[in-house]
Amino acid sequence: MSDRGHLKKTAHLAEVPAALEAGPRGAKPRRLVSTRTIVVYGTLFVAAAYYLLPLYVMIVTSLKGMPEIRVGNIFSPPLEITFEPWVKAWSSACTGLNCDGLSRGFWNSVMITVPSTIISIAVASINGYALSNWRFKGADIFFTILIVGAFIPYQVMLYPLVIVLREIGLYGSLAGLVIVHTIFGMPILTLLFRNYFASLPEELFKAARVDGAGFWGIFLKIMVPMSLPIFVVAMILQVTGIWNDFLFGVVFTRPEYYPMTVQLNNIVNSVQGVKEYNVNMAATILTGAFPLLVYFVSGRLFVRGIAAGAVKG
Amino acid sequence: MTSVSVKDLRLSFGQVTVLDQLNLDIQEGEFLVLLGSSGCGKSTLLNCIAGLLDITDGQIFINGRNVTWDEPKDRGIGMVFQSYALYPQMTVEKNLSFGLKVAKLPQGEIDKRVARAAEILQIGPLLKRKPSELSGGQRQRVAIGRALVRDVDVFLFDEPLSNLDAKLRSELRVEIKRLHQSLKNTMIYVTHDQIEALTLADRIAIMKGGVIQQLADPNTIYNAPRNMFVAGFIGSPSMNFLKGEIATGADGKTVFVAGGVTFSLNGYRAGDPLLPGRKVVLGVRPEHVAVDEAAAGGELHEAVVDIEEPMGADNLLWLKHAGHTMAVRTAGSRRFRPGTKVRLSFDMSLASLFDAATEERI
Repeated sequence: MSDRGHLKKTAHLAEVPAALEAGPRGAKPRRLVSTRTIVVYGTLFVAAAYYLLPLYVMIVTSLKGMPEIRVGNIFSPPLEITFEPWVKAWSSACTGLNCDGLSRGFWNSVMITVPSTIISIAVASINGYALSNWRFKGADIFFTILIVGAFIPYQVMLYPLVIVLREIGLYGSLAGLVIVHTIFGMPILTLLFRNYFASLPEELFKAARVDGAGFWGIFLKIMVPMSLPIFVVAMILQVTGIWNDFLFGVVFTRPEYYPMTVQLNNIVNSVQGVKEYNVNMAATILTGAFPLLVYFVSGRLFVRGIAAGAVKG
Repeated sequence: MTSVSVKDLRLSFGQVTVLDQLNLDIQEGEFLVLLGSSGCGKSTLLNCIAGLLDITDGQIFINGRNVTWDEPKDRGIGMVFQSYALYPQMTVEKNLSFGLKVAKLPQGEIDKRVARAAEILQIGPLLKRKPSELSGGQRQRVAIGRALVRDVDVFLFDEPLSNLDAKLRSELRVEIKRLHQSLKNTMIYVTHDQIEALTLADRIAIMKGGVIQQLADPNTIYNAPRNMFVAGFIGSPSMNFLKGEIATGADGKTVFVAGGVTFSLNGYRAGDPLLPGRKVVLGVRPEHVAVDEAAAGGELHEAVVDIEEPMGADNLLWLKHAGHTMAVRTAGSRRFRPGTKVRLSFDMSLASLFDAATEERI
């Protein structure tokens, strides 16, 4: 008996009463269903349904034939799936002037979006780099003017811009619209790049200068390779912004250069004949598909930690 | 021969003047440390020498050439940064060769220099790796290598060890010293760490508020600080300061009186005459006070142990003495209980006297 008492004393928990030892131990259990989880998931579900329901209606309607649509239940799934409306929306829907569908608008949009995105990002990244790393005289004033530009409503500048483009002979052309998009993207993109470059360690810039690299050398060989994430962000911003633009597209171009959004509007709002809801729905989805695709593809390119290893992390 | 020379340097940002009338001559092959707390202008001065900051007035010479208006790359300098500043997307090898490629050196020469730097710094096995795959110490080694391949006369270090942990810091400190001994380049080294300054430097320039307070070898800085700032900045724990005044003792000799306690000044070599009544501050380093025994030429003072801080090799005592709290360093083997009464003696030949008003050494 005394031996056992001695053994128990040497064991570490000897002093703890048995009642306490039987108490909680290890990881704290979590309740699967609680008020909190119900509220959180409930809210998320409602919010998701709110956004997904219209999309559902659009897809379902675009797959129905017109007789089925006239029956009237917009939520019911198609009894007979047809891709006819999609084909028509793409290649033969009429806008009043011509009947080659959205395809013309699609290629116009591509020809507007691609150069606008590339030029605006190229110029803005150089702007941002110069503003954050090479503190030239008047840099602050220049930057302030640029930022103020971001707050002036587009409508104010619309008419003056039309006159300017007319005077330089670019009004109505694709090149003119590309220039307009590049200019209007400049304030926000410059701000984006300036802040990103300012967040990169200043010593990297100094090291490159000691190594003898100049303005362009540092930009192209040191800064740009470290800035993939911000270039992707800028690309998403510009592609979606320019693709979805309607106002500039309708103001600054002639009908044969109308972007997809304007084309879509003309198809949906064309007054001759019956309203073909299924074609309209398909056309809308087609127009929105491109920015959606950009999100999905470039989301993977959001590689973080590109700068890891440059400084102590 | 002078390697780097700064003449009447002035740097202002708008209305704020950071450096003013700064003069500094650095000898060829010298290891000069710029020491000071943050914001004292030491890194700013280094950036001016490197050409990374445009100066407002004055001149900078490197190897007898006026480089005041030259770009950093044309100044014949290599620089090592606190954050290493390695190019993250390039391998170690590309990091080392980047500057040489920009300078359009022939590939054979580039390979030779990279190989030599890799050998000196023992980073050969790391050449194909990216900076993110290296440890802090390896990264800083590569950063030093990047300065090395430039084959320059002057190395500039901007707090190169501040981001490393204590063990690596002391290892790399030794390595930098070894590098200096074998390369014999001029090195200018900015730090706020007094241990780095004392161990590495041929000469130390202590800066405060953009002004060099004292420029001297480590021994002089430590034992004969020119003013109270230098005295208090160097040494850990800081020098003990006792406020008092000069008086004439019973035997007619000049003494120092503080808090009713008289200290003989036997062995102190004053530059100024010590006139009775002059308000002064006595500075004594913790290791220049002996406990329970008479130091050379000193007399004994009573004190009470307040706190004891055993540090292994040393035992640091905080004592109450003559109305002051005083730090005293004793051997680690000697232990004292708080409240113990001890007797102190001061070694005046190693003490410093400062004018109370100007804080300059007397």
